Amino acid sequence: MFRFIARRLLQTIPVLWFIVTATFFMIRFVPGGPFTAEKAVTPEILRNLEAHYGLNKPLYQQYFDYMSNLVLRGDLGPSFKYASRTVNEIIADKLPVSIELGAISLGVALFFGLILGIIAAVKRNSIFDYMASSVAMIGICVPTFVLGPLLVLFFAIHLGWFNASGWYSNLDRILPSATLGMVYAAYVARLTRGGMLEVLNQDYIRTARAKGASEIRVIFKHALRGGILPVVSFLGPAIAGILTGSFVIEMIFQIPGLGREFVNSAFNRDYTLVLGTVILYASLIVMLNLIVDVAQVWLNPKLKFE
Amino acid sequence: MASTCSPSSLPVTPLTPDQLEQGSSLWRDAWHRLAKNKIAVFGGATLIVLTIACIFGPLISSYSYEDQNLNLGASGPSLSHWLGTDTLGRDLLVRLLVGGRISIGVGLCATIVALTIGVIYGAVAGFFGGKTDAVMMRIVDIMYALPFTIFVILLMVFFGRNIVLLFVAIGAVEWLTMARIVRGQIMSIKKMEFIEAARSLGLGKRRIIFRHMIPNVLGPIIVYTTLTIPAVMLLEAFLSFLGLGVQPPLSSWGVLIKDGAEKMEEFWWLLVFPGSIFSLTLFSLNFLGDGLRDALDVQSSKD
Repeated sequence: MFRFIARRLLQTIPVLWFIVTATFFMIRFVPGGPFTAEKAVTPEILRNLEAHYGLNKPLYQQYFDYMSNLVLRGDLGPSFKYASRTVNEIIADKLPVSIELGAISLGVALFFGLILGIIAAVKRNSIFDYMASSVAMIGICVPTFVLGPLLVLFFAIHLGWFNASGWYSNLDRILPSATLGMVYAAYVARLTRGGMLEVLNQDYIRTARAKGASEIRVIFKHALRGGILPVVSFLGPAIAGILTGSFVIEMIFQIPGLGREFVNSAFNRDYTLVLGTVILYASLIVMLNLIVDVAQVWLNPKLKFE
Repeated sequence: MASTCSPSSLPVTPLTPDQLEQGSSLWRDAWHRLAKNKIAVFGGATLIVLTIACIFGPLISSYSYEDQNLNLGASGPSLSHWLGTDTLGRDLLVRLLVGGRISIGVGLCATIVALTIGVIYGAVAGFFGGKTDAVMMRIVDIMYALPFTIFVILLMVFFGRNIVLLFVAIGAVEWLTMARIVRGQIMSIKKMEFIEAARSLGLGKRRIIFRHMIPNVLGPIIVYTTLTIPAVMLLEAFLSFLGLGVQPPLSSWGVLIKDGAEKMEEFWWLLVFPGSIFSLTLFSLNFLGDGLRDALDVQSSKD
C-alpha cells in the first residue's frame, strides 16, 4: 500500500509541473499586462513597477525565478494588485473560508444523498423510492446558480429566516452549503440506490439474512460497504466540482473565500494571484483524488494496490 | 443437392409473433421501448417544442429582443407581455427565446467538438490496445483529475469572450467520458467475427475503425451525446453567470439568470422564468438520455 501511495505521489509531480508551466506561459502570452488598467501610469513608473516585480527580465528568467521560489520556499510571490501583500498571505486568509464551505457542502451531500439512496433502494418502487428520485431529480436539473438565488428569495427575503448574504454567524452557513451540497446529494442518492440494488441481490446478503441478521444490520453492516463503492469513486469528481462550484456560490452569497478571489484576480489580471490559486486548486484536487483512490481499494477487497 | 436447397422443399410454417419480433432491427426495438417510456417521450417532445419556439418564436412576435420601452420599465406578467418585461421594458419571453438559440446552439456545437475528439480518441485507443491504449487512457485518467473549469475560466478571461473559443474550450473539456465509453465498446467488439472478416479482406485500419467499428457502437455514442449536451449547457451557463459567457446585446439563458438574480428582490419573474426554462431543458435532456440508455443498452435495461 505504501508503495502504491509513493508511486502515485511520484506520478503527480509531472502533472503539477505541467499545470504550473502551462498556466505560467498562458498568462504571460495574453495581451494586456497587470498595470494596463491604471491609466495614470507614466512610462517611467511603469518601468519601475516592472523592474520591482521582475517583469523586465527575459521570460525564461522569470520562469526559473518563479519555479525556484515555489519549489524551494513554497513562495508564490507578491500580488500585483494588492500592494504589499503576498499571494501566500491572501491564500492563507481566504482559503479557510472556502474549505469550510466545501466541507459542510460535502457533508450535506453525503448525509442526505446516502439516506435518500438507501431508502430508495431498500423500499424499491414504493412511494419513498419515487420521492427520493424526485428530490434527486430536482437536484440534478436545477443548477446552483438558479437554486441559490431562489433559496435566498424565499428563505431570506420572503420569510426573513436568514441573511441574504455574508459569512458571519453559523446561520449564514446554511443556505450556501445547502445550495452547493444539494446537487451532489442528488448524484450521491442516485449512485447509492444503484449500488445498493446491485449488492442487495447478491448471495452473501441472502446468507446474512438466512443467519437471522436483522434487516438494519444487513443493510448497514453487510450491504452498505459494497453499495457505496460507486459513491466513493464519484467523490473525486464531486470534490473538484464543489471546489469550482464554490466560485458561483461565493459570488451569490458574498462570501469572502478563495473562489471569489480567484475570479476577481482573473478579471484584474493579477498574474501571481491567479497562478498561485490555480496551483493550489490543482494540487488539492490531485491529492484528494489520490485519497479517494486509496479509499476505494481499501473498501473493495476485489481491487489490489498495484 | 440443388433440390434440397429449393424453397419448396422447406416446411412452411407461419412465423409466431415472437419470431417476428426477433426479426425486427435493433433500432426498431429501441424505438418501441423508448416510446413506452413516458418521461423520456415527454422530454423529447419538450425539447422539440422548445427548439421550434426558439427558432420561430422571435420571428412572429411583435416585440424584438432589443426593443426598449423605458416608460414601461419592469412589469410583471400580463396579457401584452406574457412573461413580463425587464428593467429596460424589453419583453422577457422574446429575450428568453433568443437566449435559447444561443444556449442550445452553444450546447450543440460544443457537444460536436467533444463528440469528435472523444470518439476518435476512444476508438484509436481501443483498436490498437496494448501500450498505445495504456498510455492514451492514462492520459485521460490524469486529465480527469485536472481542474478544467479553472482553465476554461482563464481562457475566457484572457482571450476575450469569443463565442467560438467558448464552445471549443467547453468541448475540449467534456470529451473524456465519451473517449472512455467508446474505447470500452471498441474493445468488446474487436474480437468479433465481422471485424476479423474485414481484416482478412485486407481492409485498412482506418476503414475498419470508421466503417465497421464506429457504426456498431453508435448506440452508446448517441446516449452519451444526449447526456453531454446538458453538461455542456450547464458549463456555458455557469460561465455566463460569472460574467464570462456571451457578450451583450446577445444573451444566453445563463446571462438572463444572472441578470434576474441581481434584480430578484423587486422583480421575481426575471429570475423565476429563465431559471425554470433552463431547468426544464436540463430535465428533458437528462431523461431523454436515460430513456435512450434503457432503450438501446441491453445490459442496463435488465435492471
